[in-house]
Amino acid sequence: MKKKLLPFFVILIFGIIFIIFYKGLEDTNIYTPNLNVKKDIPIFNSKDFYSDKILKSSDIFEPNKIYLFNIWSSWCVPCRQEHPLLMTLSLNDKINIIGLNYKDNKKNAVNFLQELGNPYKKIFIDVDGIKAIEWGAYGVPESFLIYNNKIIKKYIGPLNQNSISEIKQLIK
Amino acid sequence: MNILKVFLIFFFLIHLNSVKADDQDERNQITKNLRCLVCQGQSVYDSDSEFANSLKILVKQKLNEGLSENQIYDYLKIKYGEWILYDPELNKNTYILWLLPILIFLIGGVIVFKNFFKKKKDQL
Repeated sequence: MKKKLLPFFVILIFGIIFIIFYKGLEDTNIYTPNLNVKKDIPIFNSKDFYSDKILKSSDIFEPNKIYLFNIWSSWCVPCRQEHPLLMTLSLNDKINIIGLNYKDNKKNAVNFLQELGNPYKKIFIDVDGIKAIEWGAYGVPESFLIYNNKIIKKYIGPLNQNSISEIKQLIK
Repeated sequence: MNILKVFLIFFFLIHLNSVKADDQDERNQITKNLRCLVCQGQSVYDSDSEFANSLKILVKQKLNEGLSENQIYDYLKIKYGEWILYDPELNKNTYILWLLPILIFLIGGVIVFKNFFKKKKDQL
């Protein structure tokens, strides 16, 4: 009895382990966030960049309008790269660009905008990065395309020509 | 005498753990169980990245608001998905992970049990 059962169990256990490892080979071990999630935008209050007044997100984001919510910072080098693209996109009337100034020094941020231009209609301030977490952001730069108070698309990292033309396609 | 020694060792092992309990414990426990998504193979507790530092502040703030550990996990799961938790939940993707150790333990137990009784029978 024992002699029959033992090899059977050994083969069974190795078989199970083999299947698990074989399945594991197919999965990528690089984490890829889901970029096409249609989530509601978070409701939050934060300081306005220029007036220091408390802004309500519900007053800024109106339904049936398209917004690009862009998280940026003056210390972030990729933000500098994507900034000219945001400037050209801001010329488009169909889309409003809203900024979130992430963990920044106010003086540096003002200099950044003076140097490169201000594409933002409104800018929120995020002193400690908590507002960005409410948006489910990973870092700077990151952009969210919003329609009807829902996130249509998420861009992690700097925007490039492709993503800009994609946005222009989507808002047509 | 030996029983007393064993008893003392267990007594200290169990009770010295609770000597270090303080307010930060809960926060550290939560941040240790959160994956730092922008780092590689680090928990939020271990990391010093901007993302991790913000999360630490957030966890502190949520604890002050009176949220429980599980409520904070749920909140972050909505924002970032289940990947942010180190402790995977039992679902269709993870059932092998959870059930395999139990299965192996049971099979091992059966083998040990059978061998044990067979040897006893042989001796008789």
